[in-house]
Amino acid sequence: MAHAIIEPVSSETRSIPGRWARSPTDRVLSGACGGVGRAVGVDPLVLRVAVVALTVVGGTGALLYVLAWLLLPQEGSDTSLAVAAARDRGRDLAEVLAIGSIVLGAVLLVRATGVWFNDAFVWPFLLAAVGLAVIWRQAGDDDRSSLLRVVDRFPRPGTPTMDLRSRRAALARVVAGVVFVVLGVAAFLAANDAFSAVSQGVLASAGIVAGLALITGPFWLRMGRDLALERRRRIRSEERAEVAAHLHDSVLQTLALIQRNAEDPRAIVTMARRQERELRGWLFENEQDLPGAETLAAALTRAGEEVEGLHGVTVDVVSVGDLPLDERVRALVAAAREAMVNAAKWSGDLTVSVYAEVRDGEASVFVRDWGAGFDLEAVAPDRHGVRESIVDRMARHGGRAVVKTAPGEGTEVELRL
Amino acid sequence: MSADRVTVFLVDDHELFRKGVRAELGEAVEVVGEASEVGAAVEMIVERRPDVVLLDVHLPDGGGRAVVQQVAPVAPEVRFLALSVSDAAEDVIGVIRAGARGYVTKTISGPELADAIRRVAEGDVVFSRRLAGFVLDAFAAGPGPSADPDLDQLTTREQEVLRLIARGYPYKAIATELVISARTVESHVSSVLHKLQLSNRHDLTRWAAERRLI
Repeated sequence: MAHAIIEPVSSETRSIPGRWARSPTDRVLSGACGGVGRAVGVDPLVLRVAVVALTVVGGTGALLYVLAWLLLPQEGSDTSLAVAAARDRGRDLAEVLAIGSIVLGAVLLVRATGVWFNDAFVWPFLLAAVGLAVIWRQAGDDDRSSLLRVVDRFPRPGTPTMDLRSRRAALARVVAGVVFVVLGVAAFLAANDAFSAVSQGVLASAGIVAGLALITGPFWLRMGRDLALERRRRIRSEERAEVAAHLHDSVLQTLALIQRNAEDPRAIVTMARRQERELRGWLFENEQDLPGAETLAAALTRAGEEVEGLHGVTVDVVSVGDLPLDERVRALVAAAREAMVNAAKWSGDLTVSVYAEVRDGEASVFVRDWGAGFDLEAVAPDRHGVRESIVDRMARHGGRAVVKTAPGEGTEVELRL
Repeated sequence: MSADRVTVFLVDDHELFRKGVRAELGEAVEVVGEASEVGAAVEMIVERRPDVVLLDVHLPDGGGRAVVQQVAPVAPEVRFLALSVSDAAEDVIGVIRAGARGYVTKTISGPELADAIRRVAEGDVVFSRRLAGFVLDAFAAGPGPSADPDLDQLTTREQEVLRLIARGYPYKAIATELVISARTVESHVSSVLHKLQLSNRHDLTRWAAERRLI
């Protein structure tokens, strides 16, 4: 049972669009692609491919990815890693900065020796590496284990005894790993001179965009997230209020009535039935209740409900096919309603079956009960009204009505238009 | 099938409803067990082999469909009668296509339900008025391109039978009306069930998905 209760809640959170967060479930590394993909309605796989592609073509992919990792909170949490890092400006950050500077220094050193490839490639990777370091300091167990998984795939010559849990050692491996990647990709691109020349322009613009995103991104992101959160809260509370109001107006009233009418089973059945219909309509058929969408089936169902309410019987309407309401169809519905009322009043059967079918432009309605029935030849005087309201009405509108009945065999009124 | 009373197993996630059904069925059938979830239901049905399983269409973890699909390969002799409160087309069609032998709504009266159970136990097919309406609707559109006309279309006779069911006629009255035997009526309905279960008619699936509810 607990499972059944928890499940819908979390799927609700999951299905709300517009919230940018890292997904704890749909993740390869940090869950950023999974979360963003869902938020903007794109397959995460597409995003992953894009990130990898952008990484290969100059490193912006890696940078953007690390930024996303830093700035997006994990689902269920409200603080991103970057915010957490900014909050405790203590030792950790200093350490990261120190290591960042060492790496920077090393890179510059390599540059000075002339084994330099292209600034446009190296800087994004360097920034990404620093970002990764920050992530490492701030990450929870989830992110750590993801990182460790990746780091484990890098070769570690001569250090088989290195303790996996030693943060410092692992951090060193992360940095070393990133440097390896940078060098590898750079070497690859350097070997493809023509290719890198073409991508130069693209890289320059990508760099500017990334820079702008880096500077203003967190602000926009936070604002967007706050707005979305606020909107979601408001929608939820409005919905709750609406449901509460509706339940109060209908279900609670009916329950009160049922308690008061405990000695009258028939009244209780009628009330329960009416409430059931109403609640069902409210829950499932909202979209069909549009005033413009008036049809034969809807009108018959409504007529059936009215007769149920007035005469304490069950009117069960089944329709196949449908027609929009016009003058003639309205007359058909009115005649059918009259037939339902008769069945409810005279047959003694507690269930009236109404079947409507529209085929090849012809509408037929059958109103059936399995009650007393009567002798058509000896119609009681007070039932001449039936002839008037059903048979004549149908004739006036170019249709016809046939009454089939015999004592003890129930009655069926067939209306055609 | 046991010699005397029909054995019935109830699957419904509402305890109140199971109690109500038990009370209503009274002595008419023998209730051999009940379950509220798919896993337990499958296990107990396979173990107890009831004649008929009264199956709620809506269950957590896969619904009545899952129960039918898991029991059928192991215990093919167990018959299923689907019960539903929702009347949602794709639920009804879904559970029938999974292999249920009939479908009735939860508002059905006690004696009617007992009768439906007996008929399903005897191998008959039980269609509610609404299910008959569903089927007529689903097979209504013209022939269209069809891989298997025998499966994808209803015969005129089958349509007549379904129409009378939808109009509220019991099988006996249908037999009288069409001047055929009650057995013939039953065989027409069985044939419709067969088509409903096996037809790949495009309308059938699309239609069920489009119409969330009647």
